[in-house]
Amino acid sequence: MSIFDGFKFRSESSPIHEMDPRAKFIYVCILFSSAIIFNNIIPLLILFLIQMPIVFLAKVQREWLRSMKASALFATLIFAMNFISLYFYAGHETLCSITERSAAMTIRFLVLIQTFSIFFLTTSPDMLGLALEQSGIPYEICFAFTTAVRFVPVLAEEAQTIIDAQRARGLELESGNIIKRIRNYIPILIPLIVNAIRRSMELAETMESRAWGAVKNRTNLYALRIKGRDILLIVSSLIILIISVYTSIYIRVPSITQMMHC
Amino acid sequence: MIVMENVYFTYPNGVEALRGIDLKIEDGEFIAIMGQNGAGKTTLVKHMNGLLKPTRGRVLVDGVETTKVSVAKLARKVGLVFQNPDHQLFSETVEDEIRFALKNFGFDEETIKKRVDWALNLLDLERYRNVSPFMLSGGERKRVALASVLAWDPSIIILDEPTIGQDYRQKERLRQFIMQLNQQGKTIIIVTHDVEFVAECSPKILLMREGKIIAEGEAREILTDEPLLYQASISMPEIAKIFKNLSAFGLPSKVIDVYEAANILYERLGDAR
Repeated sequence: MSIFDGFKFRSESSPIHEMDPRAKFIYVCILFSSAIIFNNIIPLLILFLIQMPIVFLAKVQREWLRSMKASALFATLIFAMNFISLYFYAGHETLCSITERSAAMTIRFLVLIQTFSIFFLTTSPDMLGLALEQSGIPYEICFAFTTAVRFVPVLAEEAQTIIDAQRARGLELESGNIIKRIRNYIPILIPLIVNAIRRSMELAETMESRAWGAVKNRTNLYALRIKGRDILLIVSSLIILIISVYTSIYIRVPSITQMMHC
Repeated sequence: MIVMENVYFTYPNGVEALRGIDLKIEDGEFIAIMGQNGAGKTTLVKHMNGLLKPTRGRVLVDGVETTKVSVAKLARKVGLVFQNPDHQLFSETVEDEIRFALKNFGFDEETIKKRVDWALNLLDLERYRNVSPFMLSGGERKRVALASVLAWDPSIIILDEPTIGQDYRQKERLRQFIMQLNQQGKTIIIVTHDVEFVAECSPKILLMREGKIIAEGEAREILTDEPLLYQASISMPEIAKIFKNLSAFGLPSKVIDVYEAANILYERLGDAR
C-alpha cells in the first residue's frame, strides 16, 4: 500500500494544490523531456533539486519521501544494471566515470518519479477530469479516465485482501521456481479481474439509474481559469525547456569525473 | 490454543487497529467476536493465522509464536474463511476450488479425493461438483468458500461474517453445522454483527471497541447488558428486549434463547390460568 501512498492525491491547502492542472501538466511534460535530454549528472541533479522547493511549498514532503523510498529498490536496480553493462561493454572507461554515468541514470529515474509524484499528490482526480473536459475531450472519455484513477486505491486494497485470503488457504507466493512463482499469481489475478469486471458492470447500472448522459451539454459547478501563478509556472517551465535544449546543443556540460580529473 | 499477550497493531497507513489485546482461547471453545465496524475484529482474527504480525506484543498458536512460522504452516491448523467468497474463488469447478488448498498443503491424491467428497457432501454442494463457482448464487459461493477451508480439517475454524447474505434457512443450517463442529472438539471463532444469530448459538462473546476488548463473557450475560452493548453499537436481541420490559412482572430478565423464553412464558401463563 505504501507504494501508492506516494502518488495518491492528498488534500492540502497550498499554492501548488490550487494551481490549474493544465499548467502543472505542462510542467510535468517539460521536466520529463528535460530529464530525457540530458544524460549528464550535473543537469539531472539540478533538475532534481529545483523541484524540492515545490515539494515543500505543497506540504507533501512526507508523501514525497514515501514515493522516493518506494522507488529505492528500482533505483538500485537501475544503478546496478547500468554499472554492470557499462563495466563490461563500455571499454576503456575509468571506474569513476562508470559510477557517475550509472548514478546519472538513477537520478534521471528519480526525477521522473518525483515529477510524477508531485503532480498526482497535488492534483485531485476531479480537477484532472475537469481539466480534460475543458480541453475539449468528450465527457465520456474524461469520466472513464477519472473513474479509472478513482478505483486504483480500491483495487490495490482488494488485491491485498485476495492475497490474504489465498495465503490463508496455504498458497505460498514465494515458493518454487520461476514458472511456479508466476503460476502462484493465478489465484490472485482471477478473483481480482472478475471482481473488477463485476464492479464495472454494477457501476454502469447505478450510473444509468441516476440518469447518466441524459443531458447533452453538461455544465460544471467549477470552471478552471488560468491565473497569474499558473502563467508563472508555465513560463518558468518553458524557460527550463529553453535552457535545457540550448545547453544540450551548444554547451558541453563537463562531468564531475572530468572536473576532478580522476 | 491461541494466546495473545498485549498485542498492538498499526497498519502501514498509520491506523492503530489493535491497542493492547490480552486473550486466551482454549481448545474446543466457541467464541463470537462482536463490535462495530472498524473495532478491529477482522484485524484480530488475521493475527491468529499469522497473516498479520503484531507491531508490539506476541501471538502464540499452540505455544508457537506466529512470527516464527509461515502463514501456510499456521493455516494448516487455523482455517480462516473470509467474509467475501469472491476474494478467493478462482477455479474452473467447485471441485477444483476445494482441491486447491489440499494441494497446497501437500495431501496425497487419495486423501484429497476423500476430503473433497466429504466437504462437498457436508455443505450440500455435491450437485455443483463440476459447475463453475462463478455460476453459483451468493449464498452458494459462500458455502463453497467454507467447504474449501473445512476440507483440510483445521482444528481451529474462524468464520468472518458467516451469516451475511444468507437466508433464514441457510443460517439455521449454518448454525447447526457450527454447533456440530464444535461438539466434535473444534475451536470455533465467528466474527459477526448478527446478534440474533449469536443469541441462538449462545457462545462466549468478546466485545470489541476501538481496538480493545471491552468485555468478555457468556452470551446470556453480555447480550442482556444494555449499557455495554450500547458502547459497542450493538442492539440487544429481540427476545432480550422483550424480557427486559417484562422484568417488572417478576420474569427473569436475562433471557436470550427463544425456546427458553417460550417455556418461561408458557409456565407463567399456565399459572395464571
